[in-house]
Amino acid sequence: MNPLSVVARTVCNLFAWFLAVFGIYVIIHGHLTPGGGFQGGAVVATFMAFLLVAHGGKKMQSWVKKDIFTLMECGGLTLFITAGLLGMSNTFFFNFLAKAGGLFGSVVPMGPNPGALNTSGTIALMNLSVGLEVVGGLSMILLYMFSGAHPEESFGREEAGHDR
Amino acid sequence: MIEILHLTILITILVAGFFALWFRNLLSSIISLAVLSLFISLEFFYMQAPDVAIAEAGIGAGLSTAIYIIALRACGKKQFRKEGER
Repeated sequence: MNPLSVVARTVCNLFAWFLAVFGIYVIIHGHLTPGGGFQGGAVVATFMAFLLVAHGGKKMQSWVKKDIFTLMECGGLTLFITAGLLGMSNTFFFNFLAKAGGLFGSVVPMGPNPGALNTSGTIALMNLSVGLEVVGGLSMILLYMFSGAHPEESFGREEAGHDR
Repeated sequence: MIEILHLTILITILVAGFFALWFRNLLSSIISLAVLSLFISLEFFYMQAPDVAIAEAGIGAGLSTAIYIIALRACGKKQFRKEGER
């Protein structure tokens, strides 16, 4: 796929970063607000789709490697299973980090409050790992889908419309 | 007032689905599928399921549209179109 026009590329360069920031917000606040690992990961993968449609596949394949997304997928799954297995002294997926202090396990304040970010224990870890896995998987689907199709052979140099 | 808003969303879903079938140009059909997904996501939000609404907006309106466009581009350029067709 050839790159789109200058207007489309500039708008995608500007607004793709807002998509990435919103997706990471949805992943990190997964236990407080609607959404979680899967939804935020899908939003971050839309970032890759934006750049792929706007800039074309050749430039995208020179920017990122597919091995990075394989590594993200494997790392997310391994982190998820490890966070489940570490609570094995009680039950599988036991929330051993809750109320334990530290980065993830501070105590929830009493009374009605908007919610504290670092009180969830392993749930935040699991949201992060699911988010990593979904970003890797969906971006890899897009990249492999593109490299499986060979539009340069079936097209000529020129495309119809405002592509160039 | 809120009933009129809900009815507008439902009618827009129907109209977008009709246009997705009615267009002969496949790119227009894909765009109207994206509009359908966007309004289904609004309907989910109205039905107080914001979780599902985010997933639908991300996957239905974003990712599947990109995948459809990539697949359409891979299909080649030739379109046999008669005179007077849309």
